[in-house]
Formats: sequence, structure tokens, C-alpha cells
Amino acid sequence: MARTDLNTRTGADSVIRFILGRLVKAVFILLAILVFNFLLIHAAPGDPAAVMAGEAGAADEKFLADLRTRFGLDQPLYVQLFIYIKGAVQFDLGYSFRQQMSVAEMIGDRLPATLLLTGVAFVLSLVLGVAAGVAASARQGRWGDTIISTFALLFYATPLFWVALMATLVFSVWLGWLPGFGYSTIGANYTGMAHVLDVAKHLVLPASTLGLFFMAIYMRMTRASMLEVSRLDFVKTARAKGLKRGVIQRRHILRNALLPVITLAGLQAGQIFGGAILTETVFAWPGIGRLMFEAINQRDYNVILGVFYISAAMVLLFNLITDVVYVIVDPRIRLTT
Amino acid sequence: MLKPINLIASAMLALALASPLAAQDGTPKSGGTLNVVIQPEPPSLMLGLVQNGPTQMVGGDIYESLLRYDSELQPEGQLAESWEISEDGITYTFKLREGVKFHDGTPFTSADVEFSMDKFLRESHSRMRTYMEHVESIETPDDLTVIFKLKQPFGPFIGIFEPGTAPMIPKHIYEGTDFASNPANNTPIGTGPFKFDKWEKGSFIHLVKNEDYYMEGKPYIDDVYYHVIPDAASRAVAYETGKVDVLPGGSVENFDVPRMQAMENTCITDKGWEYFGPLSWMWVNSDNKPLDDVKVRSAIMHAVDREFAKNALWNGLGKVATGPFSSSTRFWDGDTPDITFDPEKAKALLAESSYNGEKIRILGLPYGETWQRWAEAVKQNLSEIGMDAEIVPSDVAGWNQKISDRDFDLAFTYLYQYGDPALGVSRTYMGSNAAPGSPWNNVSNYQNPETDKLFDEAALMANPEDRKAAYKAVQDLIVADVPNIWMLELGFPTIYRCDIKNPVNTAFGVNDGFRDVWIDRD
Repeated sequence: MARTDLNTRTGADSVIRFILGRLVKAVFILLAILVFNFLLIHAAPGDPAAVMAGEAGAADEKFLADLRTRFGLDQPLYVQLFIYIKGAVQFDLGYSFRQQMSVAEMIGDRLPATLLLTGVAFVLSLVLGVAAGVAASARQGRWGDTIISTFALLFYATPLFWVALMATLVFSVWLGWLPGFGYSTIGANYTGMAHVLDVAKHLVLPASTLGLFFMAIYMRMTRASMLEVSRLDFVKTARAKGLKRGVIQRRHILRNALLPVITLAGLQAGQIFGGAILTETVFAWPGIGRLMFEAINQRDYNVILGVFYISAAMVLLFNLITDVVYVIVDPRIRLTT
Repeated sequence: MLKPINLIASAMLALALASPLAAQDGTPKSGGTLNVVIQPEPPSLMLGLVQNGPTQMVGGDIYESLLRYDSELQPEGQLAESWEISEDGITYTFKLREGVKFHDGTPFTSADVEFSMDKFLRESHSRMRTYMEHVESIETPDDLTVIFKLKQPFGPFIGIFEPGTAPMIPKHIYEGTDFASNPANNTPIGTGPFKFDKWEKGSFIHLVKNEDYYMEGKPYIDDVYYHVIPDAASRAVAYETGKVDVLPGGSVENFDVPRMQAMENTCITDKGWEYFGPLSWMWVNSDNKPLDDVKVRSAIMHAVDREFAKNALWNGLGKVATGPFSSSTRFWDGDTPDITFDPEKAKALLAESSYNGEKIRILGLPYGETWQRWAEAVKQNLSEIGMDAEIVPSDVAGWNQKISDRDFDLAFTYLYQYGDPALGVSRTYMGSNAAPGSPWNNVSNYQNPETDKLFDEAALMANPEDRKAAYKAVQDLIVADVPNIWMLELGFPTIYRCDIKNPVNTAFGVNDGFRDVWIDRD
């Protein structure tokens, strides 16, 4: 975590040292997450052999036992854990019991779609949330503030799945403006810019649905933070010096008010991944959120652990990025590992 | 009480189903693309290794078996041109079609049949390995003749040659390999009317017309897209917005069915499930007191309002079950002891029974809203006769575990019957098949030497009349003992555009491939 420390060295050297230190820590954190998740998922009732045999409609005990042997589920838990960790540290995430393919390959196929969805939702929510927060704070107590705050409260309080279904109903079924599901138009075989536009069209509803909740959070945080900073002495000084209102807002208030928003955005990046599970399911978006949801239902252990592994790594990465962005936004902050 | 609006919707739906399928007449037109919903996404399309519903649906286009079966479960030739059964019921001789090729151009011969049945499926297919225990030998005197010699007559043997049970696997690709990890599993090759083209995981599966198909002019359509849409509401939207043309049974929640059905150019049928005969019931854990008391079980049976469930939860589709056999399963007999809804009788039975206010745990089936509501309805039914009940939630894997561990009092389930009591019914009532550890055996631990003997004998009888008499006795005995609470023969409607012709024309419905489908559009 970043903290103010005037005694540490400054400059690129300390930033690199900080990043390296954090990466070493991240390896241990990831390992701990893997072990914890492994134990957690194995503690849940049911196993993939029973689910798979159940889907086939019937199976005798011998068939189930054969499946368990094939998947290595007949080994003691500590042996299974050891085998998994040994593979994971070599970036071998194992095979999906159900799909009979490499987990790394499965995640590799799905990750771009999730990154696109969560990335667009994240940027959209951050930019619009901060803009709305700034606008609301500048109109504190007036109609504009009330309208923006009311909408933010509405978006914050409305369940994601409901927003998703309503958005589909209005924009896809009633108005027919936007596709209600999928990543691209199946069978159209678009290439080049036509493909990009097609994907963008499919992205509008899931990305805005996923982004609305987070936008509301950023808006509220930005507004509160802006109002707090605007009461501080240095802002009064700036006003006394006769600086223009816009300059004070941008350079003095916003820059300082952004720090808690950035902290929040770093933390929320992980939550956006969580939100993607629901959004990807409702909008049939072929990402890893949906992969995880299906894998949990089917107890496809290696896939679940693989997705947890990747998403934990992403969250750690986002937190690291957040700490580095801190320095850029507020030069008073120094980095220590 | 059923609301009038539900009654009207149910009546409309029943009327629509009672009418003949949308005009199947006219000259078939070639060309066009069929868009179908698939849910959940199949783990694999290799039908010899995986036999879940979605795999069967897509795999049924790619793979074929020797026979197919009409809605009366009568066999028709598929890869077999003709077949003969010896009088003693021991020898089955199949003559194969000439000129059949796998999708890679290799001819299909009797050697492929022998390999599929004796090697591949005996090793990999959960049900086939049991059926194959009845086979003494498989002979292939020439490329187009296959002779199965059984150890003793096995009545249902002629009923197992459908793609989901006995798909024909190319010997030249799989012989001598590890079947489960053969790379060809990702690009399946069969003899069916459609060839595998592309699978974009999480999005769609694309099959294209098999230009070398052995039936002149078929298939009619150029290609099929199976759309993977995980959310039931989104699947309904996909149909409403014209992105898909066929919603196989179970694609949308039951309460959405009347809305879909009211759409223009929309047809609906509950046919195509005759082979599976999906029968729902509640397992009764008779190892737990007071459920070991037949009077308690009978009281529950009479307390459950199944007609209400059919109309309110299943839109009037399906039938109230008469016992352990589905009416589409061979040797079903509707004249079984009375198990109708009768709360007064239920109260009287309960008063005479050993029930002493114990809380009954109902394990619902985690297959969506309909099942959840059904568990709630049963809880209400039980409370009306003075029984205390609670609903235990779980997900699919947890449900499997709880059933395997016998950790419930009443538990919803539904199982397929595969057309014959020896294939799909006896496994859930045989005393020797009651060990904990499996959710698909005799979970209730029903023990009755008399029915065990009848089941054993009937399976091995060659004469259908003898089998009929034996199974009639079985049904009477089991229903009188009420080891389970039989609910409904489930009706899963296939919803489709009326200009899609023949989407369902066998006992397997959309699982039997779209060989005969054509699209009546200009």
C-alpha cells in the first residue's frame, strides 16, 4: 500500500524497487489464495464426476469410481493439493474435467471478452462518474445536484440483473436498437471495421449495465470529496489570489479530491470482475465470469481455481497500478514496499 | 387455487398442442439456416463419451445409430436397412445400408458397428456398458452384416439403437487410442446429415450440411447454428427478437411459454419426448422415521395436488403420473391403485399413522424457478393435512451429494425411462440397487423381493405379452407400497416458427437431428 514517507528515495529508482517488491509479495499472496480456494471448493458438497454422470442420466458406482480415478479425485486431498500447486507455480492450470481441454487455453479464449467488457465498463463508469460528481458538487443544493444525486442513488440501489433485463426489454425487444445478447452477430462473418462496429454494438448494453452501479459510486465519492476539499484552506487561498473558478476546480480541488476516488477505483476493479459474472450470464457474453459461474455449478475444480487464480492476479495488478497512479496524481506521496 | 388467467392460458396451450403440428405438407425446399438455442453449453460433442442433453442435441446431427424410433417407439431403419430377431430372442441380425460414409469420406461398415458397441461404448458409455453385459458375441460376416448374439433374451435390446445410446463411432479414428483424449473429439466425425464446422466456446456451434449424405436430397437446410445463451430470460428475448427459430424443451421458464406461444408464426409441440419419458417424483427416504410407515407415505401421496402443479406450474403440459411408469414407456398400465389427490383421505391416513409432528425436509430440484415453486406448493399441500415441512436449498452438485448420501426426507427428481422399464424403471426400484453413493439408483431403498423377481424375469422374457403381464403386476405392487411420490410425466414444449417444418418427428424430438427439417421461406 502506498503511504506518505518523506524519508524514502524519490524518482524512477524507487518506483521500480517498489514494483519489484510488490510483485514478490504478490506471488505469496497468490499462493495463499490458491490454497484457500482449493480447500474452499473441495469443502462444497458434490464433485465433478457426480455432476457429469448425472448429466448422462445414469451411472453405476463403478462408472463413477472410474471417472474419479481418471480425474485423480480418488487421491487424498493433500496429494491433490500438492499436484495442483506444483502445476500452478509452473503456470500449468491443469485440464478441465468436463471439457477435456487445457484450463489455460479455456481462460485464454475467454479472457479478452471479459477484459473488453470490464475495461469499457470501468472507464465508462469512472469518467462519467467523476464528471457527474464534479458537476453535482459545483451545483451543491441546487436542482442539478438533486437530479444527478437521485439518479446515482437509483443506479446504486437497483439490482444489476434487473437493470440488465430492463435494458434488454427496452432497447432490444421494444425499440430494436441494440442486440440483447452475444458478442457479435453469429453467422455474419464480419471482418475489419465492420467487425469492430458489430462488437461495439453488442457491447453497449452489457458494458453500460455493468458500469451504472460503479458510476453511481464514483459520482457520490467524487461529489463528497470535492465538497470536502473545497472547504480547505489552500482552496480559500487560491480564491483569495483571484484564480479563476474553473482553474481552482480542476487544478486544486479535483486533483486532491481524486485520491479517494482512485483508491476506490482500485478496489472496485476486482468487484467489476465479480459483476461481470452476472452481466456475462444475462447477456450471453462469452467471458471468464460466465466460465466461472458454469464451472462452479459443475464443480469443474481446475477451471474454478484457474479463473480465481487469474482474477486474483488481476486484482493485485490493479492495486499496484492504483498505487503508482497515486504518485502521479499527488507528488507528495512516496512509495515504499 | 388456479387463477382464471392461468386456466385460459393453459387451455389455449392445450388446444394448440391438441391440434396437428403445423402443416407438414408441401414440397420441401432446400436451403436456409436454422438457428437453435442450446443450453447449457455441451462439454463435448463426442456422443460416445458424453450423453447429456445438449451433447445429444448437437451430436444427434453428427452421429447416427442403426435405428431410430417413431413416437410409438417402433423402430425405423437408419444406418441399418433391415433387421431380424430370432424367435428365441437371442440373435439380432442387422443389414447395413450401402454407400454410407463418415464425414471424412471413409466408408461405414460392420467393423465400425462392432468397434463402437464392443470396444468404445462398452468402455465409455455409462448405460451401454450395462446393456452390453447381455451380449455374448458380435459377428461381422461381411461389411454390411452385423449379428449380435445375446447370452439370454433381453427384451429391450431392440430399443437401444439410437444415437444417444449407441452412436456409431469411426473405428479408423479411435482404434488403439485413448478415447477420452483423442484430438478427434474436438472435431467429431460421424455419418450424420450435418458435419461439424466451428465451435466458438461460449457463443455458438456451427454445423454444415453433409453434401455426401446417403439420403437423396437430405438434409434440406444448409447449416445449423446452436446459440449458447445461459439465461432463460435472454433465451426468450432471442426468440422474440428473431435471432433464433427453435427453442427446445426447457429453454424458457414455464411462465414464459404462453407469451412465446402467442407470438405470430409460432408453433409449439410437446412431442419428441416419448423415448425419454421424463417422469418426475419425490424420492421418499424410507430409512427415516416416520417415512418408513406406508400410511405416512400414502398420506403424502394423497395430499399432493398434482393437477394444480400441472396447470399452474407447467402450463397444463404433461400428465399426472399413475405410478412408476411413464405412459410413453412400453408396458405402462394406467389401471393402478388409487393415488389421486384427496386431502381428506390423506388426513385420515395421517391420523392412523405413526407421524408425530416431525419436520419433513423437502429437497427441491435446483433446475430453475418452476421447480422451486413446485417445492413450495408441496410444502403448502403438506401443511394443509397437518404435516410440518421445510424446503432445503442446494445447487446441482450439492443436490447430487445430498441424494447420494440420502440426506433428505423428500427429494424432487425426474429421470428418463429410455422407452422400456428394463432400461429406465427397474434401476430405481430393485432392492439390489439401493446402495448409497448414487443419485440414480434405488434411492428410496425400496425392498420388495416379489417386484425384484418380476423385474428380473420380465427383462429376460422374449415374448412381449409375457413381459406385459409381469410389468402389470410390478406396477400394482409398487403403487400399493408408495415408495415414492409420483408427480407428473413432464411435458417439455418445443417452441418454433411455424415455417420451420419437421423439427420434431421421432420419439427423440430435436435430439434426433434435423435430417428432415426444411424451411418454408422464400
